[in-house]
Amino acid sequence: MKRLDDHPILDFDRGEKVIFYFEGKPIEGYTNETIAAALHAAGIKVFGYSPRKHRPRGFFCAIGKCSSCLMVVDGRPNVRTCMEFVRPGIHVRRQRGLEPIVKKGENDE
Amino acid sequence: MNKVELAIVGGGPAGLSAALMASKLGIKSVLVDENRRLGGQLVKQTHKFFGSYEHMAGVRGIAIGRQLSEKVMADPNITVMLSTTAVGYYEDGTLALYQREPEEKLIDIKPQTVIFATGARENMLAFPGNDLPGVYGAGAVQTLMNVYGVLPGEKVLMIGSGNIGLIVTYQLLQAGSKVEAIVEILPKIGGYIVHASKVRRYGVPILTRHTIIEAVGDDRVEGAVIAQVDEKFKPIPGTEREVDVDVICLAVGLAPIVNLVWQAGVEIAYIPELGGHIPWHDEEMRTNVPHIFVAGDLAGIEEATTAMIEGELAALSAAEFLGRGDRAEIESIREDAHRRLEELRLTVFSEKVKAGIKKLQNWKELLKQRAGNLRG
Repeated sequence: MKRLDDHPILDFDRGEKVIFYFEGKPIEGYTNETIAAALHAAGIKVFGYSPRKHRPRGFFCAIGKCSSCLMVVDGRPNVRTCMEFVRPGIHVRRQRGLEPIVKKGENDE
Repeated sequence: MNKVELAIVGGGPAGLSAALMASKLGIKSVLVDENRRLGGQLVKQTHKFFGSYEHMAGVRGIAIGRQLSEKVMADPNITVMLSTTAVGYYEDGTLALYQREPEEKLIDIKPQTVIFATGARENMLAFPGNDLPGVYGAGAVQTLMNVYGVLPGEKVLMIGSGNIGLIVTYQLLQAGSKVEAIVEILPKIGGYIVHASKVRRYGVPILTRHTIIEAVGDDRVEGAVIAQVDEKFKPIPGTEREVDVDVICLAVGLAPIVNLVWQAGVEIAYIPELGGHIPWHDEEMRTNVPHIFVAGDLAGIEEATTAMIEGELAALSAAEFLGRGDRAEIESIREDAHRRLEELRLTVFSEKVKAGIKKLQNWKELLKQRAGNLRG
């Protein structure tokens, strides 16, 4: 998909352009965008896979209520990517079902 | 933080108005919102409001949100906690807060009173493939394009012709998407005719007596099958056809977010007219728990305008509980608030809400009757 350049009513304050990583590959995003919005703008719609049937999951509600957009961010699973903002250099990857919870200080990737 | 008089959970129209009213009565409050900025759903509402001038008609939702937020941020009586989620309310009166930014931490507060204004979440619709990426709630579509400026998709199928379905269709066209059709299962359009005429002028067909059969695609939406329905809302065989879309947008209603109030011991009623499970409350927004109050969509799905008035009413009731504010002043503001609420509820769309409120008022009686029936 694409970012809107001009809109009849709105101006967008996107913040600073930064690089972060999706499945190890660099992606452009902006600091005032959520991870989900930045991925969507990059054409990435599948954010993870469901626990039992491994069905693709994307975002649905965009307000942190539905759990459909949970991803692994910097090794931490179950991050609501529609609420979490892009930060430079973060590593984001698709979540596969229920991933083990890591303790603070631990990092499995 | 342990001497908080009033905590307000949710910084949308209801919570913001509640904080401002509380401040007017001299009450210091803590306003908690999980987003980076205040305004709730107003931050994505680019359309102009309906109704009379007194009720901000003609003003865009985003402008109303901005005005209210600025007032709240500048108010010395209101402590605003952003990027903070209220994650639990416990028996001893502790409200647990999880702050994500600027640093991650858990904060416990013990407020004397709480106004919950947690809003609503979007309804799902049952059809094969409804879990595919590309099936989005109408609010999510608004968030993507109106808050983050990202186009949700090239070609969209809208499900539901209520005001949200119609308004979001128009916003999609403004942003540059194509809306292939609006599908409505009922025999007539749900929302205002002005909105419907607007999207029709842009060539978007509104298909009444139609429904979605399934979403097509392997790992994302690549199309949708729609069909006509009979009087019993059953699809008519042979009328199925596939539309080429990459987004299926669901505008099929909202449901209140009741988790926290439920945990707080507030009695939950089931009133379909108000969105399903809602906290029991009276017309002054008091619940069965004396120090807990509710406002906005949480108290029944309605409009931002009514949510703001409910926020004021909740603050007045909290003031009364705290023994703060001048009695006569509270009574006169309350009277005026009820007058405005009544005026706003004069439209045909309010009939359902009014029926729901009536049911809610009879809820306890209903419960007793049901218990009696079960025993009998």
